[in-house]
Formats: sequence, structure tokens, C-alpha cells
Amino acid sequence: MKKNIKLKGLDCANCAAKIERAVSKIKEVTDCRVNFMTQRMVLEAPDDQFDTILQAAQKAAKKVHADLVFVV
Amino acid sequence: MSTYEKKTLWRIYIAGGIFILLLPVHFRDTMYSLTGFSLFASPVLAKLELPLALLSYAVIGLDVLWDAVQNILRGQVFDENFLMAIATVGAFFLGEYAEGVAVMLFYQVGELFQSYAVSKSRRSIAEAMDIRPDYANVLRDGVTTQVDPEEVAVGELIVVKPGERIPLDGVVTNGHSSLDTSALTGEAAPKDVAPGDSIISGCINQSGVLTIEVLREFSQSTVAKVLELVETASDKKSRSERFITRFARYYTPSVVSAAFLLAILPPLLAGQPWTLWIERALTFLVISCPCALVISVPLSFFGGIGGASNIGVLVKGSNYLEQLAQAEQVVFDKTGTLTKGSFTVTEIHATEGDKERLLTLAAHAESGSNHPIAASILSAYGQLVDSARIGGIEELPGFGIRAEIDGHTVLAGNAKLMAQQNIAFTPVQTTGTAVYVAVDGTYAGHILLVDLPKKDAKQAISDLKSTGIRQTVMLTGDSRAVGEQVAAELGLDRVCTELLPADKVDWVEKLMAENKGVLAFVGDGINDAPVLARADVGIAMGGLGSDAAIEAADVVIMTDEPSKIAAAIKISRKTLRIVKQNIVFALGVKGVVLLLGAIGMANMWGAVFADVGVSVLAILNAMRTLNVKSFLKTA
Repeated sequence: MKKNIKLKGLDCANCAAKIERAVSKIKEVTDCRVNFMTQRMVLEAPDDQFDTILQAAQKAAKKVHADLVFVV
Repeated sequence: MSTYEKKTLWRIYIAGGIFILLLPVHFRDTMYSLTGFSLFASPVLAKLELPLALLSYAVIGLDVLWDAVQNILRGQVFDENFLMAIATVGAFFLGEYAEGVAVMLFYQVGELFQSYAVSKSRRSIAEAMDIRPDYANVLRDGVTTQVDPEEVAVGELIVVKPGERIPLDGVVTNGHSSLDTSALTGEAAPKDVAPGDSIISGCINQSGVLTIEVLREFSQSTVAKVLELVETASDKKSRSERFITRFARYYTPSVVSAAFLLAILPPLLAGQPWTLWIERALTFLVISCPCALVISVPLSFFGGIGGASNIGVLVKGSNYLEQLAQAEQVVFDKTGTLTKGSFTVTEIHATEGDKERLLTLAAHAESGSNHPIAASILSAYGQLVDSARIGGIEELPGFGIRAEIDGHTVLAGNAKLMAQQNIAFTPVQTTGTAVYVAVDGTYAGHILLVDLPKKDAKQAISDLKSTGIRQTVMLTGDSRAVGEQVAAELGLDRVCTELLPADKVDWVEKLMAENKGVLAFVGDGINDAPVLARADVGIAMGGLGSDAAIEAADVVIMTDEPSKIAAAIKISRKTLRIVKQNIVFALGVKGVVLLLGAIGMANMWGAVFADVGVSVLAILNAMRTLNVKSFLKTA
């Protein structure tokens, strides 16, 4: 499943790159791209585990940038 | 400005105000020697410096310190908050109060400016691409109701009043109007529509009320596709973007390590004073933030893609923008790309001189056919066909048509038809497609049809040459005579004729092998999808309403104008130039200030400029990519 997530409060380009790297490191994630300009993340992961992966991704992203809000 | 930005702005005002008060205190020795006022020599003033500096710092910098602490607790060490915190707190410990405040103040000014500039360019691009319809007036049981476009089903009727945006793709069933397509195509001239015409979503209805039968649901509509495309375009990152993010990954840790070594090695090894080298190390920390680079590169690409979409050119990724800038060969498909793709009657030759009668007979004979040539003859005739005059029509596949018109037997078709029927005729020598007409077994004349080049085709080729494209090539399935004539007329360097669709792929591969530079292929997207995919950059023309084109190509030109290709190349080059300028400028300034800092020639103030000043300048430079109007005029 592929989901388009809005990252509210993503205000630094370097953080975007860091978040992309951190989320891509989660084992089950097949693809993750963070677009700083559109403040969006495209997350691709197997359907059956998607919700848990999404939560893990949120956690990883918040570690980089605490004020981030995921809008799925 | 967001509320957060407003709050930051106020903090900058307050802290800045205190900072201005702090300046004469800080430079009291200089002020004293300049003015001689004894006030500047007063010891009370010296005591004021620290409290003023701390007050100003507290207003502007406490949140940065707090974030730095939090980030360290979460395991994020080298983030910019941490770097700024160390540098400024360090400055305070060294007794450089004013410098500590200044670094934090300028850092916040830079951050505010960055966030403002980015959201502003985000907005201006979003506005330029603001084609999303808010609602649709759907006609259900004779009543119009306003609903979300997504709720309208295929086959339903919608009503669009003047001034409203067409919410869904469809066919006009009632009403006449003209449409403003500029949001999609960059085209200023309105397009007239009448019942039976298909229209696309995203245009603005200008004059009359239209009733439209919906052909596609919203998620499949032109608007939804274009939006999706533009929004995801910057996901495909260019080489320079990937380089910069990789660079940033190593840059900060390296500079921080260098700062650490700089702080401890000279005092330990050479017995130098600690404060001097710690101060120099702090200068390093201020410069170690990669923000200017990391922000200005994607911002430039985003601006370039947004700017291109403003003139009706959709670029599907930063990587394609980058490739386009490096294009060395442009290969065109002929029909529908350089030429109109439809036939125009250019010449009517009647043996007895009555051209009108010849065209009337041919139009009536062809009226039952749906061949493109028949359509062109009917449109040249321009009047309604009187079916009472037609006694019968018989199609002769591969030859033409035999028809009974006004009691006469009319034959209209190619040279083979004339030969088969043993009719003596004069074969046409000029290029183009001739329809020969015979009445009651006697040759009556011919009608010549030509697929004319588009208005701006010649301009398109010469524009490309003047931008420095090395070779322009035309590939066509047409006969050699037609192909070479068109190529010569338009000024193409090379032409390959009588090609089957599969041959075009071979030719593109051959051209790519001959010249290693980037090759762009331009087609109309209808039957050249494999070629579009094979070329380094596939450009589809006339993307409006053609899903195949939008899907297969890397760059979609929304209008039918080949001259937009040169404009797109110019935009891509300008974008790349700005990206390069930013990278060189930011790295250069930082490098120089690092060097000067290490040998003690640059202080905190120089470092602040290298960090914030460079960010601001790079962002301003990146914003220039949005300005593309000049390319449209010359195109």
C-alpha cells in the first residue's frame, strides 16, 4: 500500500532528508520519499502491517523533528 | 505569515531593540575615542553589558536552547539548534556577549526569512496551479444541486455558469460559450465551444451557460491528473539534490569535528591560549549548518517546475528538468507534432475551371466517409451536404468512392482508382495527397490536400538552434518526398522517412549511440509511447485530454505549440544555472570563512554572514526560477 501523508510543521530541508533516511531504515518499509517543498511523505509498505509501520514511521520522524504532525 | 512566524517576528523586534541598545555599550571604547563623551568611559556602562545581552538572548534564543536539549535527549546531536546553542553559549563564556546575541539574532532572522520565503513560493506555485474546482452544479430530477465534484457520476449532467470553473471532463449538450484555458495551457486566447464539443475540467467558462454530460469521474479527470502530476513532480529528485543531501550528511559532522580539533590541538600541542582557539572553533560551529544549500536546491527545482507549469509545460520530475537542461539532440515525430496532423485543402484544380462544382461534387461523394481526408474536404466545402442530391454511395476500399450525385456517376479517389477505371488523368507532381475526381467516366480534376506545419513549427526549430541544440531530427512514417519537403521548410538538420512505428525506436537508439548527449523525443503521444519511453526525455505535445501522453511522457506540453519546447529548455537551464550558482556560492563563502576563521582572520560576524547571509541570498536567488514570463514572450 502506498500512502500520501502530509507532514505539518516540516520547516527545514535537512530534517526532511533525515526523516526520509530514518523512515527508510524501518525494515518493512518498501519506499519512502519526503518532499520538503510540498511537505508530504509518500510511504509504501505491505498492506497487512501498514498501520504498525505508519506508527513506527511517525515515531522515527518525531525523533528528528518533535513538532511534526502526521496528517494521513 | 503564520502565527508562529508573527511571534518570531515580534521576538526579533524586541531582542533587536535591546541589541541596538547593547551596541554602544559593547563598542564603548571605540565610541569613547571617537566622541570623547565621558559616559562611554563610565564603569557603570561596562556593568550594563552582560544584563542587556542576557535579556536580549533570553528573548530570542531560549527556545533554541530548549530544542537543543530536547534533541540531545532524543539522540539527535548535530542539529542546527545544538550548533547554535553551543556557539552562542560558548561566546558568552568567552565574554563576547554582543557576538553571542548577534549570532542568535541573525540565526532567527534567517530562519524566519527561510520559512517565509519557502511558504510564499509554495503558495505562489499552488496559486499558479490552482485549477481544482470547488463544486459542481449537478442536474438531478430537473433540479440543480451544488455538490463536491467527486460525487458526480459518469453520464450525469452538470451546469456551468459564466465565471465558474469546469469541474469535470465532458461533452457539451447545450449552450455556447468560450473557455479560458490559461490555467492549464498558459494560452491567453479563449476557446469557443458548442454542443457536441468535448471540454476538459480546469478551464473557466467565460460567457454562456453550458450543460455538460460528464465523461469521466473526478479522480480520472484532467484536473485531478494534472494536479497529481505537479504535486508529485518534485518527489523525483535530481542528481544535484541527491548530491546536496548526501553532502549535508557529512558536512556538519566534519566541520564539528574540525572545530573540536581546532579547539584542543593548538593549546595542547603548541601551548597556545585556550580562549583564542575556542573562539575560532565556535566560529566553525556557526558555519557548520548546511541549511542554505539544503534548502535552496529543492526550492530552485520546485520553482522551475512551478514556473514551467505556468506556461503550460508540465515537467514530471526534477530529474527530467535536469536532463532537459542538458539536451543536445531533439528528435521530432512529424505528424501531429510539427504538422497539424490534419489535412488542409491547399489546391483545387478543375479541368473545366469550375472549382466550386468540383469541390461540391467531391464533398457530396465523401459525405458518408469518416476518413480524415473526407473530413478535410467537407470542412473546405464549409456548407451542409444536401442528401437529396445523393443517389447512392459506394466505398471502394483502397481506392476511393463511387457515388451518384444529381444523376451523375462521380468517382473520387486516388490514382489507382483512375487507372482501374481507365480514366485518362494528369498525375499530380507536387507533394501532398491528391483526390482525383471523375464525372461520368471523364476526368474532372483533382483536390490537393496537405498536412501543413503548425504555425510556430519553424520558429520552434530556430529557437532550439539558438539555444544551442546540436541536432534536430524529424522521424516520419510519411513518404520521402513529403518528409524531406517539410524538413527543409522547417529547417531541421536531419530527416528519416518511411518509418514504421518500431523503426522510430531503432532510430532513436541509433541517434543516442551516435551522440552521447541527452536526447529528447517529441511526439504527440498517440502511437509513439515506446519512443517516448526510450528517449532520455520524452516530451508529449497537446497533452490536454490525452491520457496516454500524460502517462508515457516525462514532459507534457499542454498546448499544441512545439515552440514551448525551447521555452522549457530555457527554463530548465535557468533553473540549473541558479542551482549551480547557489551551490558554488554557498560552498565558496563557507569554505573561505572556514579558512579565514581557522587562521583567525574571520570572527563571529563573518561566520554569521556565511551562515544566514548566504541562506538568505541563496533563497532569493532560488525564487528567481519562478519568473518565466520572459521565456513565453520570446517563444
